[in-house]
Amino acid sequence: MAPDRGVTVAQYEPVLSANFHKPDGHTLAVYQAGGGYDTLRKTLKEKSPKEIVELVRASNLRGRGGAGFPTGLKWSFLPENHPGPIYLCVNADESEPGTFVNRVQMERDPHQVLEGIILSGYATRAGTAYIYLRYEYPLCFKRLQQAIDEAYAAGYLGKNILGSGYSLDVYIHRGAAAYVCGEETGLIESIEGRRAWPRIKPPFPAVEGLFRKPTVVNNVETLSCVKHIVERGVDWFKSLGTPADPNDPRDPGSYGPKLYGLSGHVSRPGCYEAPLGLTARELIDEFGGGVWGGRKPKAVVPGGLSTGVMSADELDTPLDFSAPMKVDCLGLGTGCAVVLDETYSMVDFLLGSCRFFAHESCGQCTPCREGTHWALQMVRRIKAGHGRLTDLDLLLEIADNIGILPGTTICGLADGAAWPIKNAIRKFRGEFEDYIRRTNAGGWMVTEPVPALEADSGQWTVGSCQ
Amino acid sequence: MPEKSLLTDDLRAAIGGYFLRYPTKQATLLPALHAVQEKLGFVPPEAVEEIAALLDLQPAEVQDALSFYGFFKQDRPLGKYRMWVCRSISCEARDEEDLLQYLQEKLGIEPGQTTPDGRFTLETAECLGACDYAPAILVNDVLHEEMTRAKIDGLLDALE
Repeated sequence: MAPDRGVTVAQYEPVLSANFHKPDGHTLAVYQAGGGYDTLRKTLKEKSPKEIVELVRASNLRGRGGAGFPTGLKWSFLPENHPGPIYLCVNADESEPGTFVNRVQMERDPHQVLEGIILSGYATRAGTAYIYLRYEYPLCFKRLQQAIDEAYAAGYLGKNILGSGYSLDVYIHRGAAAYVCGEETGLIESIEGRRAWPRIKPPFPAVEGLFRKPTVVNNVETLSCVKHIVERGVDWFKSLGTPADPNDPRDPGSYGPKLYGLSGHVSRPGCYEAPLGLTARELIDEFGGGVWGGRKPKAVVPGGLSTGVMSADELDTPLDFSAPMKVDCLGLGTGCAVVLDETYSMVDFLLGSCRFFAHESCGQCTPCREGTHWALQMVRRIKAGHGRLTDLDLLLEIADNIGILPGTTICGLADGAAWPIKNAIRKFRGEFEDYIRRTNAGGWMVTEPVPALEADSGQWTVGSCQ
Repeated sequence: MPEKSLLTDDLRAAIGGYFLRYPTKQATLLPALHAVQEKLGFVPPEAVEEIAALLDLQPAEVQDALSFYGFFKQDRPLGKYRMWVCRSISCEARDEEDLLQYLQEKLGIEPGQTTPDGRFTLETAECLGACDYAPAILVNDVLHEEMTRAKIDGLLDALE
């Protein structure tokens, strides 16, 4: 545990998940009985939109959806004195493999999400908010729609909210099972009624977004944090988490509460709240009851599949916005960890990962569209017992050359595809080499091009080489 | 345009209701596609033409967006129960593969297919976001948690 952390896990009193276990916690009556919407009422009377933006900026709140971009900074990109309309898009397309905490929030405490949306809409002067909700969350849809209806009836939504003069409409826009819609400009294209091809930036959405108007896109959990920052103040928020690195003037730190997800080979999978900076080991052992069946961990995905994978000796890494990068992971991602035990094959891990990203690549950028499919074909061939040691280097070459970081794609999907490949092969190379030598005794050393396999069949196909 | 409209008056009214939510008609495309698939079980090419006319779009624009999302079927109606077996990392780690295999055997179909009696459509899902309940299966609007072969037996019996 970091010695300079303000509030320890043991002292911490959850706020984001405080209502999760209340009976009928999703209803307005229960939410209000716990003080729900008091903050909204007070804020609309006492604070200007600008003051809320300033609070959020001072809190150093960073987006919880994966990229960790400072929310206040994102809001400050909106043009001043814009005649409108300005849009707020709520990113509830949570599709990152291993990730489910937004779902838990929307199912169990949709009013908290709504209060965050209304406060953030007020701060950004948005007149309409669209909640982009993935179709696979039918219970969220039901609960959110019920919450929206209740909020309209109670005067928390609609025209002239609580007599403040501020008006906001909220609509749910249901997705159609496409991962790339979680990318903010893919999401915008999808709302506009087109294929969800991410846009080239700039212009950024804050300048020209939904329907070519200034737009803010924020994750569900991020907006819920706004509610608590407004309610409890910047000092409270900054007493939680990992402080900014004093030697790095550009580090905004990792402050505030986080809903961590935990799944895979653990005794108690679930959604657990802690201050940012909980280590993977603390999450697994103290919250998750350890690896199941008394087994040892082999690998842990720190925050959704895109973030790559940590080896068993990296589990003391704090799950905050900077530490995962120090062990060569992509970042914190969604903070939803997946545990893989000692019996699990990393070849299977890589096959599942490559299959997912090849399926979800939107096809717009060649390096991603082709790279993810080449990688998949190679890993399939390895799995089927036709791997060569040289394939591992070819896979790394693909992984090192697709994505925003090498500068070859429009969005970060390819970086997400690359990281599991890089991490799995660089951290578990011995296991891959053993597998290849064992399953391809006659051909593991071949370096000339070999045919790819027909998808899924394990049969050789003619013509397609790599 | 076919002589008999596929988009019933109810359906047209439902889609028209979405017009108020967005500044463009095109933005109602996804809600419209969902409404049509929910009602007809699929979105056949004739429906694409009718939706296009309703939203002031070219049929090609509707088809372009529709075909991007793997969610909409065009060749035949979905089964009464659309079953999504999650195959993402958390479910896979808890033996989703065995469940999918078992369902394929029991239903006699591959993922993407519908049983001849029109009751079940089997699908694989990339991630249902139900990792805390892995392995999970979504059947229409209901999530089935921590599935096993025995639970699948019970589920299919209950649905039949």
